[in-house]
Order: sequence, then C-alpha cells, then structure tokens
Amino acid sequence: MLQFVVRRFIQTIPVVIGVTVLVFSLMHLIPGDPAQIMAGEAAQAETVEAMRERLGLNDPIPVQYFRYMGNLLQGDLGQSVRSSRSVVDEIQPRFWITMRLALYSMFVSVIIGLVAGVISAVRRYSLSDSMIMVAALIGFSMPSFWLGLMLIKYISIDLALLPPSGWGTWQQAILPVIALGTAGAAIIARMTRSSMLDVINQDYIRTARAKGLKERVVIYKHGLKNALIPVVTVVGIEMGMLLSGTVLTETVFAVNGMGRLAIDAIRSRDFPLVQGIVLVFALTFVTVNFLVDISYRYLNKRIELN
Amino acid sequence: MIGKELLKVNNLKKYFPIQGGFLGRTVNHVKAVDDISFNVYEGETVSLVGESGCGKSTAGRVILRLEEPTAGEVIFNEINMTSLDKANLRKMRKDLQIIFQDPFASINPRQTVAQVLEEALQIQNLAPAEQRRSRALELLETVGLAPYQADRYPHEFSGGQRQRVGIARALSLNPKLIICDEAVSALDVSIRAQILNLLKKLQREFSLTYLFISHDLGVVRHISDRIIVMYLGRIMEIADKISLFENAQHPYTRALLSAIPIPRPGRKRERMVLAGDVPSAIDPPVGCRFHTRCPYVRDNCKEEVPQLRSAGNMAAGHLTACHYFEEINSP
Ligand SMILES: Nc1ncnc2c1ncn2[C@@H]1O[C@H](COP(=O)(O)OP(=O)(O)O)[C@@H](O)[C@H]1O
Ligand SMILES: [Mg+2]
Repeated sequence: MLQFVVRRFIQTIPVVIGVTVLVFSLMHLIPGDPAQIMAGEAAQAETVEAMRERLGLNDPIPVQYFRYMGNLLQGDLGQSVRSSRSVVDEIQPRFWITMRLALYSMFVSVIIGLVAGVISAVRRYSLSDSMIMVAALIGFSMPSFWLGLMLIKYISIDLALLPPSGWGTWQQAILPVIALGTAGAAIIARMTRSSMLDVINQDYIRTARAKGLKERVVIYKHGLKNALIPVVTVVGIEMGMLLSGTVLTETVFAVNGMGRLAIDAIRSRDFPLVQGIVLVFALTFVTVNFLVDISYRYLNKRIELN
Repeated sequence: MIGKELLKVNNLKKYFPIQGGFLGRTVNHVKAVDDISFNVYEGETVSLVGESGCGKSTAGRVILRLEEPTAGEVIFNEINMTSLDKANLRKMRKDLQIIFQDPFASINPRQTVAQVLEEALQIQNLAPAEQRRSRALELLETVGLAPYQADRYPHEFSGGQRQRVGIARALSLNPKLIICDEAVSALDVSIRAQILNLLKKLQREFSLTYLFISHDLGVVRHISDRIIVMYLGRIMEIADKISLFENAQHPYTRALLSAIPIPRPGRKRERMVLAGDVPSAIDPPVGCRFHTRCPYVRDNCKEEVPQLRSAGNMAAGHLTACHYFEEINSP
C-alpha cells in the first residue's frame, strides 16, 4: 500500500510540471502584448514599458519560466497587477471559501446520491425508483447557474426563506450548496443504482440470503460495500466538476470565493492573479485525484490481484 | 432406498413481468417456470436437466424462496415454505443451501474463506463464538482444503478449490438439502470428477439430499438417482436414471441423449438433431411446448397440453408428457 502511495505520488510530479508550463504559457499564448493589455488600451508607451519590465517580459522565455518556477517553489505567485498585493494573499482567504463550498456540496451530493441510489436499486421498478430516476435525470440536465437563479427567484425572493447572496452564515450556504451539489447527487444516485443492481444480482448476495442473513445486512454488508468501488471513481470526477462549477455558482450567489475572484481577475486583465488561480485550481484537482486513487485502491485492495 | 419425501414441489410457477413502454407497465411475462410438480426423497439425488434458459435455475431459486413464486407451493420437510413469514423463513434457510456454477461469484470477494464460513455459523447460531474458527477449519478439511488456506480471499484459489469453498459454505449450515446449480459446469473434466466424487462422499457422510441442476445429461449421469427433464418451463419426462438412459420415451429426452458425445462402444445410437432454436419463454408454443421442434409433431400437439403419464413398458415412477410416445417408440 505504501509503495502504491509513493508510486502514485511520483506519477503526479510530471502532471504538476505540465500544469506549471501551461499556466506559465497562458501569459504568452493570449493574443496581443500582455503588457499592453494589462496596462490598458489607452496607456502610454512608457507605462507599457514599465509594465513589461515589472513582469520581466523582456527576458528570453526559458529564463522567464525558470524565474517563475523559482518563485513558485518559494511560495511566491507574483503580484496582482490591480491591487499590488501578492497573489498568494489575494487567493488564500478566497480559496478556503471555495473549498468549503465544494466540500459541503460534495458531502451533500454523496449522502443524497448514495441513499437515493440504494433505495432505487433495492426497490427497482417501484414508484420510488421511477421518481428518483426522473429527479436524477432532471437534476443533472439542469445547468447549475440556471438552478441557482431559480432558487434565488423562488426561495429567496418569492418565499423569502433564505438569503439570496453572500457567504458566512449557514443560511447563506444552503442555496449555493444545492445549486452546486444537485448534478453530483444525480450522477452518484444513478451510478450507485446501477452498481448496486450489478452487485445485488451476484450469486454471493443470493448465498448470503440463503444463509439466512437479514435483508438489511445482505444489502449493506455484502451489497453496498462492493457497490461503492465504482462510485468512488465517480466521486473523483465529480470533485473536478464541482471545482469548475464554483466559478458560476459563486458568481450567481455573490460568494466571495476563488471562482468569483477568477472572473474579476479575468475582467480586469490581472494576468498574474489569473495564473495563480488557475494554478491553484489545477493543483487542487491533482491532489483530489491523488486522494481518490488511493482510497479506490484501499477499498479495492482485497480483490486486486497483484 | 426410498426414504420419506423431503421436498415436494406442487404446481410451481414463476412468471417474470416484462416492463415496457414509457410508463413501465407490465406488458408481458417470461414464463420461466410454468407449472412443475415433483418430489425429492430424503437421501437421493434428483437432477434437473434441460437446455439453458428452460427455467432450471429459476426453479431452484424459487424453491429456496430466493425469489417469490408466482403460484404453487414448496413443501419442505412437511413445512410449507411458500407461506412462511420472513423470520421463520430465515430460520429454515439453513436446511436448504445452494451451490452455484461460478464459485467466485458466489463468495463475497471481500471476505476471507474463514469469514464466509464463520458468518454462516454465527447467523444460524450453529457454534459458539470461540468454536467458530475451529469449526471453519474443520469444514475446510472436510472439503479437501488445508487449514492454512483459511485466511485467503476467493481470488487466491483455483476454480476447483473455490468450488470446494462454496461446498464448505453450504455445508457449514448443516443443511438437509443442497441445490447444486450447474455446480461443476465451469470446471475442467478432471476437476469436475473430483468435485462430483466429493459431493457423493459428503452425501454419504452427512446424509444429504441433492437437487442437481445441469444443462448436460452427461454430467448428471454419475451422480443422479432420478432425472427430471425440463423444456421451456415444463417437465417433459421424469424417470430413475437407468430408465431415462435406457428407455427414454419423450422425443426431447431422446434428442438430448443422442447429443451426449461419447456413445458406449458396440452400441449404435442414431443422432437426432433438433431443428431450430428454443422458442421464447415469453410466448411459448401452445399445446405441447416442444411441438415446434419435434420431428413427430401432429395437429393435436399444437392444441392440447400433454400431461405426465406412464405406460406398461415403463418402470414405476417413470412419467412422460407426450401424447403419442407409445406410437412414436413402437418399432
Ligand atoms: N430475473 C429475471 N427476470 C426476467 N427474466 C428472467 C429472470 N431470471 C431468468 N429469467 C428468464 O427465465 C428463463 C429461464 O431462465 P433460467 O432459470 O436462468 O434458465 P436455466 O437455468 O435453465 O438456464 C429465461 O428465459 C430467462 O431469460
Ligand atoms: Mg441456469
């Protein structure tokens, strides 16, 4: 197991380097002169030149990359062009808000998805199964921003039950979490259902029943544990979707997270900040995948042939 | 060696609904088992044979009430299984066990062999906690496995060994009846013989009764006392082994027999090849189920359902469901 963790960790290194190369190239891949764009269309030639100097854009590209990497390794992501604060300071408080939003949504969608999926599978073809599956279909067909807008309109404005925007109190968290988590809950429900149905029709479930085990024990001990393995993979993919989903959700609900910061940074052409945010998102995703792979392996280790 | 009737199956039916259309209404039924009746006596081995899809496994599962019957009753040891409530059914379960074709699929891949066996002992309170382990090891020895293999997972065993684990699992509950659903079909011929011998040995040791399900008449030949031939959810012929092999009456049984590859030397057997495929169990042929493939079909076969019956030249207990078997088989 430890060996697997180490091997898997080493595998992430090239991915991380690739990510830094891409993020670094962003600056050079955008059409036009980044210094000009950042300084603004109307800026004077001296201002643009100063900007270029400040960003070190006059040096050869490999030199720039190694300087970028050197700073990165010291935890320095550069300076925001707009606020002149360090990118790390800009991102940090926002990052935790986004992570909380994503984790709450994940948590809620895993719980709801698993429960709904198991009910659906155990009562296949019943009314509750049909209702859950229709709800799941609607759930993942709905764009999260649209769902967010509908929630604001009906729940916050018409019924005045929950605040429509902001972040801080638990009431403020409910709607964004629903908007962001619904699609995931739907996917997990469907995945759990089909995986559970696969398992339920296995002979070892029959033999477990034939032993005289209680149906509940058959379903949870012998069924769900085996059915969870494919679900874990989906949860990993889901986490990636959630991270990107935060950009829209935070914008709709005016949550001051990293997603919204990204939009602001792009609007104000604050390239170092955009780079920093993209990098943090990407690294988070890599980390999540790493953790998912390890837990998958852990769940699966007994049936894995070495 | 006629003992008492251990299992009685009376007019058992199992129809699977087919859901269709947008609303998932039941549009039709798969008539997997359609009115079968037979008895199994204590200590004997009865085989259920027929082509794949004829409802053998379904019959086995319904008998164990792993699936609810559509109609009919299963009486085991004078208790009507079909009307037992859940709690009593769970207690009864230990008397009837099942071994499946794929032993790997019938053991939870996440439990070690010892865990599988101990769980069974625990549920049915067959051994106090401190004795479960030694009882599990004992069971492994009974089926020809070594105690050091107890803490292995199913994937660490070969096919034949896994089937031994499956047998140990079934035995752990001290059952009276074991249903072997294609229990040796997936095994190599040499291993198959070993497992069949093991089953026979266990039958003597623990006075077990077997209901042996197989699509292959050749396999059941060695182990059976009596054989039931099924076709599309119905019984075509029932006979003791010798009568069935020497004096088969039903055209379907004869076709199955002629398909067994190694004929005895010195004996000529005309090969009788069945035309066409097995019809669908959704709208099975009216009248005799077999009429669409029967070389001797007559008009009446397409209308009237033949019942199981006997004739003068047949041994006691030999029954066949064909309107015209006397004429067909007269020289
Ligand atoms: N759970 C089920 N739902 C619907 N049809 C089924 C189900 N199980 C079996 N069947 C159908 O019932 C018929 C008999 O199947 P089975 O009992 O497995 O046959 P056998 O064991 O003789 O090969 C087949 O046509 C099969 O498709
Ligand atoms: Mg079968």
